[in-house]
Amino acid sequence: MSSNEKLVEFRNVSFRYGAEQPWVLKNCSFEIDREEWVAIIGHNGSGKSTIAKLMNGLLFPQEGEIYVAGKKVQEDTIWDVRKDVGMVFQNPDNQFVGTTVQDDVAFGMENRGFPREEMLQRLDDVLHAVGMVDYRLTEPHRLSGGQKQRIAIASVLAVSPKVLILDEATAMLDPRGRRDIMQTVAHLQANKDVSLLTITHDLQEIVQADRVIVMNEGQVWDESHPRELFSKQDDLLAIGLDVPFIASLAKALKQTGIPITKEPLNHEELLEELWTLHSRT
Amino acid sequence: MDITFENVSYIYQQHSPFAHKAIDQLSFHIPSGTFVAIVGHTGSGKSTLIQHLNGLVQPTAGKVKIGDFELTAEKKPKHLKQLRSKVGVVFQYPEHQLFEETVAKDISFGPKNFGVGDSEIQRRVTEALQAVGLSADYVERSPFDLSGGQMRRVAIAGVLATKPNVLVLDEPTAGLDPRGQKEMMEMFYERHRSEQLTTILVTHSMEDAVTYADHVIILNKGSKYMEGKPEEVFVQKEALQQVQLDVPEMVAFINRWNEKFHTKLPFTKQSERELATAITAVLKGGKSHE
Amino acid sequence: MNNAMVIGQYVPGNSVVHRLDPRTKITIIFIFVFVVFLANNVWSYTILTVFALLSMITSRVPLRFVLKGLTPVWFLIIFTFLLHVIITKEGDVVFEIFTFQVYSGGLIQGFAISMRFFLLILVTSLLTLTTTPIEITDAIESMLQPLKKVKFPVHELALMMSISLRFIPTLLQETDKISKAQASRGVDFRTGKLKDRIQAVVPLLVPLFVSAFKRAEELAMAMEARGYQGGEGRTKLRELKFTKLDVGIYILFIFVILGLFFTRN
Repeated sequence: MSSNEKLVEFRNVSFRYGAEQPWVLKNCSFEIDREEWVAIIGHNGSGKSTIAKLMNGLLFPQEGEIYVAGKKVQEDTIWDVRKDVGMVFQNPDNQFVGTTVQDDVAFGMENRGFPREEMLQRLDDVLHAVGMVDYRLTEPHRLSGGQKQRIAIASVLAVSPKVLILDEATAMLDPRGRRDIMQTVAHLQANKDVSLLTITHDLQEIVQADRVIVMNEGQVWDESHPRELFSKQDDLLAIGLDVPFIASLAKALKQTGIPITKEPLNHEELLEELWTLHSRT
Repeated sequence: MDITFENVSYIYQQHSPFAHKAIDQLSFHIPSGTFVAIVGHTGSGKSTLIQHLNGLVQPTAGKVKIGDFELTAEKKPKHLKQLRSKVGVVFQYPEHQLFEETVAKDISFGPKNFGVGDSEIQRRVTEALQAVGLSADYVERSPFDLSGGQMRRVAIAGVLATKPNVLVLDEPTAGLDPRGQKEMMEMFYERHRSEQLTTILVTHSMEDAVTYADHVIILNKGSKYMEGKPEEVFVQKEALQQVQLDVPEMVAFINRWNEKFHTKLPFTKQSERELATAITAVLKGGKSHE
Repeated sequence: MNNAMVIGQYVPGNSVVHRLDPRTKITIIFIFVFVVFLANNVWSYTILTVFALLSMITSRVPLRFVLKGLTPVWFLIIFTFLLHVIITKEGDVVFEIFTFQVYSGGLIQGFAISMRFFLLILVTSLLTLTTTPIEITDAIESMLQPLKKVKFPVHELALMMSISLRFIPTLLQETDKISKAQASRGVDFRTGKLKDRIQAVVPLLVPLFVSAFKRAEELAMAMEARGYQGGEGRTKLRELKFTKLDVGIYILFIFVILGLFFTRN
């Protein structure tokens, strides 16, 4: 298999909850490659979470087709598709099934009939991967939100999905929990053979993605690299998103006559560019 | 209303094997009309602190004064209802407290409990809906048919309709998208000024604390760790990191800029525009600063 | 905030009693409940008491936890004792209080019956003190396996029980949160007329139900996303294992029962 093979494909997908309801998604098409990190960003109600649920057959589109790893997503393929698509949801509490950490991580493996020996092995692996080895027997109400989400990620990873979807998985966490999750995810992406789809409304969380899909009013509004997106400030504000500090500072600098050529994604990049300019004068 | 904590301690599940100190010897004073931000990482005692403000919990030691009301460990609190009518609390995810059939009924619930007359209630419902940015068409709708953001606005309207003098906000923007967050904070700030409220904001957002607060209290392990004006407190990077807090992004950038360029740009709650002008001045001024 | 909450009354430990297979514990207690009624003289009572006390001691559960478990029933035990003392008029008069005569038969009977009561409660509370709720659930699931043949939903029942256990602390937290939010809006849950207090519960119950339904819906979706399709073809991480220890305890218990049959009248 070549590494740029399409892993997920949306072909002209439209979805609504009922015949009388407004369209949540309108004619959406996009692709996710193997081992790619794609971020979907959009304001609340832009249809971005619906995409995740369509991808593993929790919902089905009225129009268009969805393919995951070459299989069309439909009634008779959903259980195969769900093996390939792992999902972490928004509310840390409402996806924790087990009475302890290890029971919860095992849940997905038990559903798929993994032999016990293999479960124990994988349990160890994934708890290491998310840095929660010391919490095997901890009960969920003794964990912080961020820790619960790390367990949710571990549970999903345990069955080796091809794509991991984080559906606003950091929205209910405090800044520290949010940072933990993003670090965990970046670490996983670098070390495991898995594609990532992060759905968020926080522009800080797309910086490390390979590609960003911007959703607005149920449509794919833009597809670009984070760097390009950061430069489209007025557009971002217009669709209810925020402009990161570093992007608005870069813009203000340009307006005061500093010729910034490379749109900065973080503090280092901007400082580096300013330093180069400074040395030249 | 002035708010004063005098050596307040609160022990959670006292006299049980699980007792632990949620608030430890806490003292501070908030003059009437101040906008205060309370910052601290999860578990630092923020939620317990705000529950003292309307007598949901009673200190296990020390004294809490809110206007003329006093809460101490010894005395059973009196006139709690009156205190609660003066101190409005918007809890985290306040939409979870909605229960009535219609938006209007839910907003009236608080005022009715506090004995406000019917015609006055009606006036307040209209006014509160307007304040949270919902049109009057919503009054007869079921709160459960609304979107998450609208439900939150209804819940907040229900608190505003009690006409509190003190408004306590526990992470009121959690889970909203950026535009929703900004609109909501602007709404509270507008309310703070127009009604001369004393506002207490519990937040994780250093940016919100800088933008809106006159005064910041940093909590750690139930005690006061730092206190002061935001532009004084938030520049102390090392001290904040000790308690797992970040400085606002602007401060972080200015720090790194100063280090790299050997300048001493101060943090004065400036805008990005003002910062850019200062940076440009340094760059255009060549190497004169060295 | 409810970090310190404990579900049930489980006291963590690694004693012999803790390590026993929960099915063994349930089986023995089940039989014990019946054989307690066979005891009818000093010796048979002694055997049962020694067995119960030995179990308690080997479990290494601190006495105060055991006694705490008994508090709600002390009254019943004493009441049973007094009742028998009052109504039984057999044997000799032992002593007199005012004009009331206490017979030896009454004392013996009262003591025997309340002893039975005490032993029953001691042994059953030992189960919950040394076994986590989830172990009990697993044991029930395993012991009900035969019922699967008659289409009894054993797996579903066990899953329901374990999810309920998982969500008890969450829902308690939620109850606390909502009641505080409504108290802040002027609801008084504690004082007032009965009618008012019943009405005060509505603003608490409605949000609780709404949220419980939402949780259930989201949980179901998360479970489905993680490949849950019922008990068919499922494996289990937690496994129950009979060990030599269990065999030993069964043998010991058989001797207890035999002893009981030899000593009773």
